[in-house]
Parts: sequence; structure tokens; C-alpha cells
Amino acid sequence: MDSYNVPESTPSASSRPEDYSVGATPLQKRLESIRKQTSFIPTPPRRKVPQCSQLQEDVDPQKVAFLLHKQWTLYSLTPLYKFSYSNLKEYSRLLNAFIVAEKQKGLAVEVGEDFDIKVIFSTLLGMKGTQRDPEAFLVQGLILSPRLECSGTILAYCNLCLLGSSDPSTLAFQVAGTTGACHHTRILSKSQLPSENREGKVLWTGWFCCVFGDSLLETVSEDFTCLPLFLANGAESNTAIIGTWFQKTFDCYFSPLTINAFNLSWMAAMWTACKVDHYVATTEFLWSVPCSPQSLDISYAIHPEDAKALWDSIHKTPGEVTQEEVDLFMDCLYSHFHRHFKIHLSATRLVRVSTSVASAHTDGKIKILCHKYLIGVLAYLTELAVFQIE
Amino acid sequence: MSVLRPLDKLPSLNTATILLVGTEDALLQQLADSMLKEDCASELKVHLAKSLPLPSSVNRPRIDLIVFVVNLHSKYSLQNTEESLHHVDASFFLGKVCFLATGAGRESHCSIHRHTVVKLAHTYQSPLLYCDLEVEGFRVTMAQRLVRVLQICAGHVPGVSALNLLSLLRSSEGPSLEDL
Repeated sequence: MDSYNVPESTPSASSRPEDYSVGATPLQKRLESIRKQTSFIPTPPRRKVPQCSQLQEDVDPQKVAFLLHKQWTLYSLTPLYKFSYSNLKEYSRLLNAFIVAEKQKGLAVEVGEDFDIKVIFSTLLGMKGTQRDPEAFLVQGLILSPRLECSGTILAYCNLCLLGSSDPSTLAFQVAGTTGACHHTRILSKSQLPSENREGKVLWTGWFCCVFGDSLLETVSEDFTCLPLFLANGAESNTAIIGTWFQKTFDCYFSPLTINAFNLSWMAAMWTACKVDHYVATTEFLWSVPCSPQSLDISYAIHPEDAKALWDSIHKTPGEVTQEEVDLFMDCLYSHFHRHFKIHLSATRLVRVSTSVASAHTDGKIKILCHKYLIGVLAYLTELAVFQIE
Repeated sequence: MSVLRPLDKLPSLNTATILLVGTEDALLQQLADSMLKEDCASELKVHLAKSLPLPSSVNRPRIDLIVFVVNLHSKYSLQNTEESLHHVDASFFLGKVCFLATGAGRESHCSIHRHTVVKLAHTYQSPLLYCDLEVEGFRVTMAQRLVRVLQICAGHVPGVSALNLLSLLRSSEGPSLEDL
């Protein structure tokens, strides 16, 4: 029962031409299969239900707690060329220099507070499925110091203290004249005020991981590190800058990972199947109805215990989820809705699924709520990322 | 009569009739308009239906070709097609039925896997065509193709019959489909 061999569909489809080429490297075998145009990849009819994996128990829950309850944007990443885990400090230094250069160019201008980021690379232990998977690593952008040019916020702060005066140019003179030592110190220490509580606060986080990525690892040569899944949290402009640096340095390519309705329904079924001790959130689905002039959104919330009861009545083989069970689960929900509202939900598009384990949006945004099934969720996302790369 | 049979009516002179079955009314209407714009030696009649069985009260000519339009964005259209297939006589599947899958262009909106539709077409031994009916250019091309297939099915093209065409289309499919 504790086997981690997720039945991957890609090797099975291309295994037939591989049988004929003995002694060929995995890359050659892949090229062979592409040339013969056996690109018909059937969807895996069954998948393993995510369970508590062995490796998860080695990881301290506190250490990965910062990964939970945050909205991550997903990207798929092609293998990194000549990346080494021992050079992480070097990479931090180079990336910091790059970010400073980019910000000085003035291309990434943000309205509001603009902080200088200091980037730190670190490895995340335990974020992998099998021993073969490369270690995950984390890039964090910490606040270095606030920029002094952008003092719009500071002036606004002072405005609250004064009565009547609305002209910023006369502000300083007026405050100097009024009584109240506290106002005076605020103006003087304008460079220090915002940084009191903010120095070292994490502004942007991104992490790379690979969970059960066997099909990709087989086909790639030694120089490449396969970390197909990239999750980012933070400002979009920072993601773009850091992404550009990675693309230049390691000759890889980022592309946003969207999740289609078919995969969302699989996620809903798999996450409902997970046993959770206490339910933190209701199971909720969001559908988008394409109708003119504006699209309509239908939100369907189910008590998580009812959803689990429904799933248990459908589920046959323990530990495995099949396509038929997923379809039946969704059909039950659709027919129940149809009986009450006479609307065919199967004609609409599933946009968002959220359960106690995790929540996913079709635009590629994910939030993981339960640390027990973190590896399971990542395994599925890695599979999607690998599929997108291939 | 609830089951459609291919040869239960006499053919009218120089007329070819096609039946488009699908849940997406707007797309079917647009496809029908594109088909009627085509230049064709025979007189074309296009019938649209949401699902089978067709109401028996209407007097309609003999149907030469049925096209089931499946929208990959909605599972409902697939279920509808599967239910309608029960009301078609087996002898229709000798070249007079065709499946059309639309919506494959926008991958993020797809809720049916492409594999499901391929398997459906394979089970019914009928050709499967892909077309994004929302795009004007593809729709016009598909309309031209369907008009040609319709003429063959109605027997207006000398030397080629519907069964002939079916075996021609089947032989060009790859061997990978045998493994389904």
C-alpha cells in the first residue's frame, strides 16, 4: 500500500518504441517517440489518493507552516541548466545585483510603497516525493530599506495630525510652529518611521519543487535540474524580474500554469477523499456561466462532512481514485443542483474548487490549508506542470 | 417513430438533407448559415435539433447525414449526444453519421478530455472532426467539408458512396487507436 509509484501515463504511451531501441539514452528514446508521432497520451484512469507520506514526517510542521494559508500563483518551469545547490549564496548575490539594476532602470514602477528587496536562497528540505526528486529550494525577498523618494505615504501620515492645512509645501513650517513635540519628532524621523516594524519582513516568496516527477527526470541529462513547479506569492513585478533573471542564468522558461475544469474536478474528488481531522472550511465550488452581456457566477457550498459521505458511498477501491468515480461524484452534485434549480451545471465551466485540504482557481492560483496532504497536492500539481512542459 | 432510419423515406429529387444535433444553438445556427452559403449543385436542407428523438408530428425529408456536435467545454453536451445516439438506427452508422468536436482551442475551458470523444467516435465507428466553430475561418472550412460529405452521403457524387468514404477515412487513422 505504501508504494509511491504513481501510474504515469507518459512512459506507457512511449514505451512501445522504446522497446525496440536497446541501450539508447532516455533523451534519444524521447526523440524517437516524437518522431514516430505517438503523442497520443491517454489520461490516467486512476490515481493514488494523497496520503501522509514518509518523508512528510521528517519535516517539521512549523518549518513548512509559512507555505500554508497563502495564495500561490503557479508556473511551470523547464529544467534548469547547470544549477547547483552549493552556489546558493552566489546566486543570492547575483540576483540582488540584478534587482537593483532593474529598479534603477525605472521600468518596474509601483504606485505606493516601494521597498528594496534583498533576496535569499535557501533549500527546503522534505518537499519531495521520492529520493530521486531534486531538493526544493526557496527564494525569499526581504525588505531592505524603504526608498526615500517615495514619501507620499509619509506626508499622508502627517496630514492626519494637523488641522486644516492641506498644502504639503507649507506642512513642515506649520508643524515646526505648532506645539506638540510628538509631531515634530515624526517629521524628523521620517526616514526611520516605516522601517521600524518592517525591516526583514518577507515581501515576496517563491519556491521551486518537484514531487514525484519521475517521468521528467528519466528523460533529462545530468546537467539539468528538474524542478517543474514554481509557486510565487507577492507582487507581480517582482515575480517578473526574478523570473527574467532565472531565464537568463539557467536557460529555462517559465509559463503560467492554468488548471482546466477537467483537472479541477479531479482535484475536488481527490481532496474530498482525504481524511481530515477537523474541517476548517466548507467545500465550495464556483461555476461561471457564459451568457451575454455579463457572465453569471454560481457558487455551490456543501458541508464537508456531507461531501465526504457522498464520496465514501461512491468510492470502491481504497487508496485509488478512478475516472468513473470522479465523474459520478460530479454528476451527483450536478443532478442534485438540477433537481432544485433546473440548471444544468454540466453546461457551465468550473472555475474554482475549495475544500478543507486546499483551494484552486482555474487561473493557476492555489492555497494549501492542510500540511498533512501538502505532498499529495504538490504531486498532482507537478504532474500538471510536467504535462504542460511536454 | 422514435428511431431514425436512413432508408425509410424516398429521396426527393436533387435534394440533400443534413441534421445537426447539439446543445449549442448559436453555434449550430452559425454553422448552418455557413453551409447554406456554399455553392452546391444540389439543393441543401439543414435541420437543427437539440436532441433526439425528433418529434414525429413534423413532415421532414429523408435525412442523409447526421452530425453530432460535442462542445468540449460542457459535459452536458456530451451527455446529450450519448443519449441521442440511442435513437439512431444501427444502419445509419455505415458512413452517414459524423462527430464534430468544438472548443478544443481553449484548453483551459475544457471540461471533457479529448480522449473521451475519440473513444466515443471509435465505438460508433464514425469519423471525428475537430473544429473551433466560434472562429469564422475554421467554420467556413468545416462547412465546405460537410457539404462535400453530405453530397457523397446523398449519392450525388458518382462513384463514391457513404460506405466507401467511411472506409477511406478509417484507413488513414493511426494504429494507436487500436489500443483504446
